[in-house]
Amino acid sequence: MPKKYETPLLDELEKGPFPSFVTEIKKAAARSDMAADELGQLEKSYRDKRGYWKHGGIVGVRGYGSGVIGRYSSLADQFPDVANFHTVRINCTSGFFYTSKFLKEMCDIWDKYGSGLTNLHGSTGDLVLLGTNTENLEPIFAEFSSRGWDLGGSGSALRTPSCCVGPARCEWSNIDTLGITYSVTQEFQDEMHRPAFPYKFKIKTAGCAVDCIASIARADLSIIGTWKGKIAVDQGEVANYAKKGMKIQEEIVNKCPSKCMSYDGKELKIDDDNCVRCMHCIAKMTKALKPTGEKGATILMGSKAPFVIGATLSWVIVPFMKLEEPYDELKDLIRKMWEFWDEHGKNRERIGELVIRKGMREFLEFIGIDPVPQQVKEPRRDPFFFWTEADLQK
Amino acid sequence: MEKAEVAQKIYELVEKSTGKKKLKSSDIQKTISADLNITRDDVKAALKDLVDEGKLIYTYFGGSFVEIPPK
Repeated sequence: MPKKYETPLLDELEKGPFPSFVTEIKKAAARSDMAADELGQLEKSYRDKRGYWKHGGIVGVRGYGSGVIGRYSSLADQFPDVANFHTVRINCTSGFFYTSKFLKEMCDIWDKYGSGLTNLHGSTGDLVLLGTNTENLEPIFAEFSSRGWDLGGSGSALRTPSCCVGPARCEWSNIDTLGITYSVTQEFQDEMHRPAFPYKFKIKTAGCAVDCIASIARADLSIIGTWKGKIAVDQGEVANYAKKGMKIQEEIVNKCPSKCMSYDGKELKIDDDNCVRCMHCIAKMTKALKPTGEKGATILMGSKAPFVIGATLSWVIVPFMKLEEPYDELKDLIRKMWEFWDEHGKNRERIGELVIRKGMREFLEFIGIDPVPQQVKEPRRDPFFFWTEADLQK
Repeated sequence: MEKAEVAQKIYELVEKSTGKKKLKSSDIQKTISADLNITRDDVKAALKDLVDEGKLIYTYFGGSFVEIPPK
């Protein structure tokens, strides 16, 4: 008979229109003592207004330094079934496509060896399996690896790369986000499973500037699809949008960040030379507008929410890179970035923080990329364009 | 230099640091490659063997480190 705890505070989180994680934990607690103790400890945390988890330590799978996050209760006497409550990360698929057969197998394995609680997906992108004890780690790994799955990244390592659904389900994707993510994941297995970095490193790939995976806000390396040509305009479809009630001047033209559009009530005109490829107009008028010409990606680096200086978005380092298999140019760039970080980074310093500390100029010189206007994040505040003695002689 | 010799040097370095300073994988790579005048890839390969054999493990204490497993 599973344990039962009174949870008046958690019960409050079941009210309202949204799905509740408390409801899901209660379902698992009906058949798992581990999930029941997790619920009991969580209620106590809410009551006492403090957490009771410790994390880290020495748990893991033989040969790997990533993929398992040790978690221990500091209230093991009160909640013995969560004395060990380790998290296992399974490398997600590109674009998060699974068969229902796999999902059922995964749940069966986790019911057998863990709490039954999962998180699809964690903010890392991995399939996150919440709560197991130390002796079950090797059997869990054996079960998954025998089915062709592997652990994801954790600790001071490359985290599991992730991407939007890309060309699999979206006609606006300018790059093969799935192919890039798969290729980068395969290439950097060592960096993902054997932590050797100063801190974590995340790669997220979006097919266009709509950025459904929010790579610009939460990746050390953001790869965002873009294009070089003009935006093709179907004036007939523009007229249809107007006829159906779209206020083109207000909703499209006035919201263009670079003010490169005009509309006289009949014809929509775009000054493509001044377009910044933000995708706003295309996403709003999918039938009327379409990117044309060469496709590729903008490469940005360094976003993170809790930097000392505040939340930081990624910073352009390469305005346009043609991304085609085997993506050697991208992989070489990533290696150079890591080399710079390895050389100068402090323990627990993200690469974006390092570049802020050392300066973009030094970073660009090291990775061998020339300064270009697109790299200027805040006009008049990025004085990284310096001349050397040799330049002045010329 | 034989891989086993490199592995031995790595193990000795980690053993010597135990209780004094936690070493990151990159610390080991930098130190051993400079001491033995070999590439960092050579050091990485030897370190991988040591971890695969269970002689060394990765730990996480606010960062990932390489240590000798507890007895």
